[in-house]
Parts: sequence; C-alpha cells; structure tokens
Amino acid sequence: MAITAGKFDSLELRDVGRSFGGHEALVGLDLTVRAGEFIALLGPSGCGKSTALNCLAGLLPLTHGQILLDGQRVDTLPSEKRGFGMVFQSYALFPHLTVEKNVAFGLQMRGLPRAEITQRVREAISLVKLEEHAKKLPGQLSGGQQQRVAIARAVVLEPSLVLMDEPLSNLDAKLRLDMRTEIRRLHQSLGLTTIYVTHDQEEALSLADRLVVLREGRVQQIGTPDELYDHPRNWHVADFMGYRNILPGTALDAANGTAGTERTRVQVGSMTLTGRPVGDVGGSSEVRVAVRPDDLVVLADGDAPQDGNAVTGTVAVVEYHGREFAVVVQTSDGTLLHVRTPSAPEVGDVVTLTAAGERVLVFPADLAGRPAATAPAEAVAV
Amino acid sequence: MSALDTAGSPATGTASPGRPRATSRLPGERSLAASPSTWFVWAGMAAFLVFLLGILGAVVVDSFGRQWFNTWLPAEWTAQWYSGSWERFDLAHVIGVTVGVALTVVVLSVLIGVPAAYLLARRSFPGKRLVNVLFLLPILMPPITFGIPLATVMYSFGLGRSVIAVVLVNLVPSVPFVILTMTPFIEQINPAIESAARMCGAGMRQVFTRVLAPLLVPGILAASILVLVRTVGMFELTFLVSGPQSDTLVVAIYRAMTAAGGGEARQLISAMAVMYTLTMLAMLVVALRFVNPTQLVAQVKDARDD
Amino acid sequence: MTAPTTSGARSTASLRHRLAERGIDASLWLMVPALVFALALFVYPFSYGIGLTFQPGLATQERWGGGVFANYVAFFRDPFVFDSVWITMRLALPAALFNVLASIPVALVLRRKFRGKRFMTSVLVLPITLGTVLTAQGLLIFAGRQGWLNRTLMSIGLIDEPLQLVNNYVGVMFSLIITGFPFAFLLVSSYLSGIDPSLDAAARTLGAGWWQRFRRITLPLLAPGLATTFILTFVLAFSVFPSARLVGDAMGSTRVMSLMAFRAFGEQNDYAMASTIALMMGVVELVVVAIVLAWRSLFYKGSTGGKG
Repeated sequence: MAITAGKFDSLELRDVGRSFGGHEALVGLDLTVRAGEFIALLGPSGCGKSTALNCLAGLLPLTHGQILLDGQRVDTLPSEKRGFGMVFQSYALFPHLTVEKNVAFGLQMRGLPRAEITQRVREAISLVKLEEHAKKLPGQLSGGQQQRVAIARAVVLEPSLVLMDEPLSNLDAKLRLDMRTEIRRLHQSLGLTTIYVTHDQEEALSLADRLVVLREGRVQQIGTPDELYDHPRNWHVADFMGYRNILPGTALDAANGTAGTERTRVQVGSMTLTGRPVGDVGGSSEVRVAVRPDDLVVLADGDAPQDGNAVTGTVAVVEYHGREFAVVVQTSDGTLLHVRTPSAPEVGDVVTLTAAGERVLVFPADLAGRPAATAPAEAVAV
Repeated sequence: MSALDTAGSPATGTASPGRPRATSRLPGERSLAASPSTWFVWAGMAAFLVFLLGILGAVVVDSFGRQWFNTWLPAEWTAQWYSGSWERFDLAHVIGVTVGVALTVVVLSVLIGVPAAYLLARRSFPGKRLVNVLFLLPILMPPITFGIPLATVMYSFGLGRSVIAVVLVNLVPSVPFVILTMTPFIEQINPAIESAARMCGAGMRQVFTRVLAPLLVPGILAASILVLVRTVGMFELTFLVSGPQSDTLVVAIYRAMTAAGGGEARQLISAMAVMYTLTMLAMLVVALRFVNPTQLVAQVKDARDD
Repeated sequence: MTAPTTSGARSTASLRHRLAERGIDASLWLMVPALVFALALFVYPFSYGIGLTFQPGLATQERWGGGVFANYVAFFRDPFVFDSVWITMRLALPAALFNVLASIPVALVLRRKFRGKRFMTSVLVLPITLGTVLTAQGLLIFAGRQGWLNRTLMSIGLIDEPLQLVNNYVGVMFSLIITGFPFAFLLVSSYLSGIDPSLDAAARTLGAGWWQRFRRITLPLLAPGLATTFILTFVLAFSVFPSARLVGDAMGSTRVMSLMAFRAFGEQNDYAMASTIALMMGVVELVVVAIVLAWRSLFYKGSTGGKG
C-alpha cells in the first residue's frame, strides 16, 4: 500500500473540557490513544461525544485542558494545521467538485506537485473502489458512495489521526453493515489511528479496540468491548451495553461491606432478587438492577431456579428474530422484562424466569457519584 | 409540482372545456377549465393581457406614427421620432449614464453585501439583531422617507445633481436587498463543507475562493439581476438627486413628460419609452443567460419572509 | 464539577478564544463596509432629517406658530397637505388588497403544468420590467379619450361617450395594479408552492371538498405569506409618485404624500417641511405595517413542508 498513516507514538487528552454559555458540554476527559488504536466515543445525544471530536479537530476551542501529540500541544493550533483527517456525518463533499477533485483538495492545499497528487488520488479512489465514478459530481452519487469519497478524501492525506463523526448514521441498515466492515478493513490495512463517534453500541462494540462511554459531558467508563460488556461500571453504561432490563429497587442487605462481596439481595417491586453488587449498595439505598435479555432463562417445569431467583409473569409480546425470540414478559406488578429465548412461548402463557446471580448486576441508583472504582478497566485509561 | 399534477398534464393541455376525460386523469382531478371560477380567472388574465398589449402597442405605434390624434392608427409612419429624441434628449449620454450607474450599483452592493450576508448567515455576535433590523429598514420604508433627508445631505455636501450622488442614493435599497437575498442562500450551504475544507488544510482565503465562491455564484447572479432591474427602474431616489447631466432614462422620460408648457411632443416621449424598454430587455436577456428564472422567485420569497 | 481539583485545571482558553465563543473575532471585519454604508447613507441622513423637521423655516413659523413644532403643526393643519394622507391611503390600500387577493386565484389556477404556462407566467411578470413611467405613458395613450380602449368600448356600444380613465383616480389605480400585480403574483405563487401538496391530498382522503380544502387547509397556511405580500405591495403602492403625477390629477384628487414632499423639496426648497412630510409618510406606513404584522402573528407560521 502506497498510502500509509502518519506516524506518532501517543495522543494524550488531559482534562479536556468545553463549556459555553454556562452549559458544560464536556468535562474532564482524560484519554491516551496509542498509534493504531480504534477508539469509539459512545453515548446518547447531547453526551458530549461530538463536542470531544470537534475539539480534537480544532473546529471548537477548548475551555479546559490540553491535547498533546507526542508531548507537543496541538490544541493551540488551528484545524488546518493539525493534519488530522475528518469524515463528517453529512459527508460535507464539495458539491461543485468531482470525486477526483474532492479527494485532491487537501493535497492541493499542501502544494504538492501535480503528478504526485494525481497518483495519490488514484490510489485513494481505488482503495474505496470508486474508480468508475471518479469524474462524477457528489450529487450523482448514492449515500454510500458519497461516504466512501469522504473517507478517501480524509485518508489520502496520510493523517496521523482520522476522526469520524457518526459517518454511518445516514445510511440504510444493510449498507451500514457493509460500510462498517469497510471502515475496519481500511483502518487495519492502512494502519490508521481512528477516533469514531457513534450512538450505536453494536457499531461501537464491533469496530473499536476501546470504547469511551459518555453521559452529559462526563466519561462513564473507558475500556475494551468485553470489559464494558461484562463489567459495566454503572447502570447507565449497562443500559448502553445492552442490559435492556434496568429495574429500580431497594437494597436489603446491611450498609457496609457490600462492595467486594459476591452477592447481595434487593427488593424489586414484589420480587426479591439475588445479584452481584457493583459499587456500594446496601442499607436500603436505592439501586438499579441490570440483567441482559439473554441472561434471563425460561424455567422448564421441574427445574430449580438459579440462586433463588424466580420471577413469574405473563407473556405479552413475542417477536421472531431468526434463531431466537424476543419475548416481553409482564409481572404481576406491571414490570416489563425483556427476554431472549430459543423456544417461543405463546402470548398469554404464564412463565417463570430465572437468572444466575452472577449475571444480575446491582448498581447504585445515583449516577452523580464517581462510578465504581473496582472495575478492572480503570488501569488501562490515562 | 405534485405527482397528481403531472399525472393530469397530458390531458389538460388538450381537454375541451367542461368535458373531463376520465381515462387520462386521476379521480377527483378537475379539468383546467371545468368550473365557472376558473373561467373567471382566465377572463381576468385575458383582460390583463389586453391592457398590457394595449399599453405597449399604443406606445410603440405612437413612436412610429407621423401624426396620431383622432384615428385608430396613424395615417403615416416615420422613424423621425427616434432620431429626434436621440438628439434632443442626448440619449446616448443618458443611456450611458443609466447602464453605468446600474452596473456600478450592482458591483458595489455585491461587494458590500455578500461579506455581510456571510457573517449574518454563519455567526451570531452581540448586536446581531440590531444589525438585522438596520439592514431591513431601508427596504420597508418608502424611498421618499429616507430619500429626502439623504438628498438634503447630498446637496449640502455639494454632491447634488452628480452621478456620484445617483450611485450612492441607489445603493441604499440595493445593499440591504443583496444581504436579504444572499443570507438564506448562504445558510442553506452545509457549514460542514467549510469545516471539511479546513480539515483538508485550507486557510480562510482558500476556503472562500475555492469552496464558497463557486457555490455562491448562482445566488449572486440572481441578486444582481434583481438589483439591476430595480436600479434601472428606480425613479424617486434618482429624481431627487439627479440633474440634466446625471439623469437616468426613467428620469429623463419623466422630465420630458412634465416639462413646462405641457411636456414635449408625445411621440418623442413614446420613442424614448420604447428605447427604455429595449435597454431593459437587452440587459435582462444578457443576465438571464446566466441565471435560472425560477431561482429568482425562490430568492425573493425567502428574502421577503419576515 | 466546576471547582478545580488539580492545579492547572483552570480554563486554558485564551482571551481570543473566549471572545470567539461570543462571536467576536477577526471575521467581523467582513461586516465593516456594510455597517459604514448603513451608518453613512442611512442612519446619519435619517437622523439629520428628523432633526431638520424641528427646524422650521421662518415663513412656516410665522404662518402656523408652534415654535419648533411648526412643521408638524403645518402638516396637520394645512388641509392641502394633510388630506394627502387620506388620498394616498385611498389609493394604496385598495390597490394592495386587490393585488394580493386577485393573485390567489391566479396562482391557484396556474399551479398546474399546462401548455403555455411559461407564456402566461411571463406575461404576468413582464410589467415589472416596464416600470411606472412607461406604464404611465402607455396608459395615457391607450386609455385616453382618443385611445383604443375607449374606441373599442364605443364601437361595441357599451358606452356613448369616452370614459375619463386617465388624469384621475382611475388612471393611478390602473397603474398601481398593472405594476403591482406581477410582484404580488410572484410572491403568492412561491408561497403557494411552499405548501406540501400531500396536505391537500390528505384532506381529500378525509372527505374534504374543494372549498373546504381551500378554506381550512390552504388559506390558513398561506395567510402569513399573504400578510407579507400585502405589506410589501402596500409599501410599493404607498410610495406612488410618478404615476400620481403622470396619469393622475397631481394637485387634485391624486395629491399623494410623496408629491407633497417633493413639492416642498424641489419647488419650495423647504427642506425642513419636506423632511417632515417624508417622515410622516414613514410613520403612517409603519402603523399599517404594524397592524398587519400583529394580525399575522395570530397564524401558524411554521414549516409547511413544501419545496418552495
């Protein structure tokens, strides 16, 4: 490959923050990115992920903190001098320039000789497989094709860092899956370092080496996909990682000493459950219980419930999902539980659900405090 | 136009009034001439057309007639009025002034107005609302209301009756007009494009020349045409500050019509009026080669939306 | 988390950055030419003019009294001048109303595609290029006592004597309609096309007939645009000047305010009085505009979904 990413050792974000008009869009982001990593910034709308990306790009100024590339501050440089590539959500292709000229733009800004520009443009275009469309205008291309042009335009500059702002959100579902693979392939084959913003946890999990989960401007957790998947630090992260059942409840065990213990009991509505505590729960404090749909098992007659967890309810909705069924069970006090099961009960059936205590996570309801410090992900960040 | 309209179009062009053809139109679609109210509208438009042709025709015929007072048409035809008025009113000079002033006003108002429109479209800054109102006022006011004080100032500066004064006076409604039409135009250009250009390493000047300017050209051309038409046709403001050497064509015609002693010969004026129309048409034809007329309507509509 | 917990966590943004947050940066220079223009050619002369109105000439003071307000006293007390307000309104209001209302059915009918649509649209829009002076000359010839219009009406037998259609109220009205209608039509057309056509289709499926659809869907959505069109057409008509002089009865029944202002300016060289009349013109017009805007604010002004 003639196109290779610019080399650097590390990119460090130190206490990066941005507030304006009294509103804190981003607070206290500490992150060190190593060359070649694929980092996903994940969170709901307004969580600050796009703000973080735009601050990295230089399109928004920081109000707090520093950004250092190999120890040199870059946050004082304007965007056009940082040498980062960026792919925008709306692609932002120059509508009056052909595909070729769009891709060539950045190289022309650098003042490279024409022959070199032509060659590099040709390589970039064939990299994204758009050779036949090279002379077309963006208006003549489909969404997926436009997005590939946007990617080519960013990588042709061989940037040290590529920033992507929800590049797939405007595409239809099937195209999104295809492009996801493309992006990962390009990242690996070119040896890029990518920072990718999305609100889709499935996308983040499949693409990223590490994820940064944000909420209301603050980092909730930084870690690898399986760390976040198996050990979410608070119930917000759990919610984002597919723990679809988040149930409010009250702790039943004594106040001290639940942190670090294996099991604790909670009262959720009319049910008493045994789960694994994450953080400090106890002494009648309010908690949230998080369970994945796949961890809820429909008890067959005669089987014993796991860890004493048994919940009875009526089947309300059954959805066919290929190999599995997504079932919604309503308990006697009205709580809706989402279950994934290989065999479908009928709507109206009364079933009993159980779950291993290990997979029933109990979090403090209050998110304002620091997330639990026990998760192993802590060691990797900063 | 909706799909329903295009489905109806093959039929309506040739449908005889009052007989709907069910096979070529969707159910419920009315024929173009089906109801009495539609006939009424067509009658009204026909009357308008009659008036228009009558007015134009009358002026043209008058300009070519030797004498025309009591009859349907002049008895003899001549071109003497054209050469006569050309000499008498020094039309070469007047047309030159008209075209020169109009073009100067267009160029100046674009140079002044487009950067301001860019700022209004993209940024918010303290006092922005005040600035918006400031640029809206000259368009909402009658020209006389600010024209008379402005003319007074011009005279007191010794600029009365000069071409400079005519240009300056015509700038007052034109610059806000350019700003008003260009601001929504710029707003609908995706701002991420400028960011993308910067991420590709373009500095401010290059963003403007390589990316923004090409995209702005259609809007600028449309606004320019409107300013051109307005300036050539603008009477009140020019009349207030112009003199015999700096009259534009409309003002010259007016002076001829209101000259002491009942005005100049009617046919001379008609000849001038025809030449005015031709000048205006010539400029429009040249300008419309660059611009799609339907864009004009959209600009005006967006601009006028309070 | 606003209190710094570690040293160096205070804002690192420079003053330049913080100003930029509020929108103050070097690019504001782009606004300077326009601001200079507005101040020098508009704000300053306008305030100067207002000041002038409070400096009445000796003759005015002597005749009307009132000290510094003599110009205003003269304006309100001199019937020759004051009546011009009503005379102008009497022309401008009906003309603007007619132009706006008449353009609705025309815009509706011309919505669909048909052969000759471009021709019709050009015909309707042509008068914008002709201008008031040309229209005036044409009307004088065409609608004069010896003109084609009267001749045709007489030869058909509709009238016995030629009608007095020029040099009076009628002539000016014709002129206002001919020059004002195309403009109103263009605006109303584009507002109409800005209404999503599927709204009409939806109303149909719900059983609404043509008139009901117009009255309950189209008209309410069109109303704000109509108000705007009325305001702009009114401003144009209210400023009428050459037509009132050329096709009207300049010192009589079509003695509009702009004529009065110009008479003070050019003929009497009473700049102060001229500024007063000009100012009052602006005030009267502003009152009408304000009333219409207030009425307009009662309507739904949000997106109507069309392509515009």
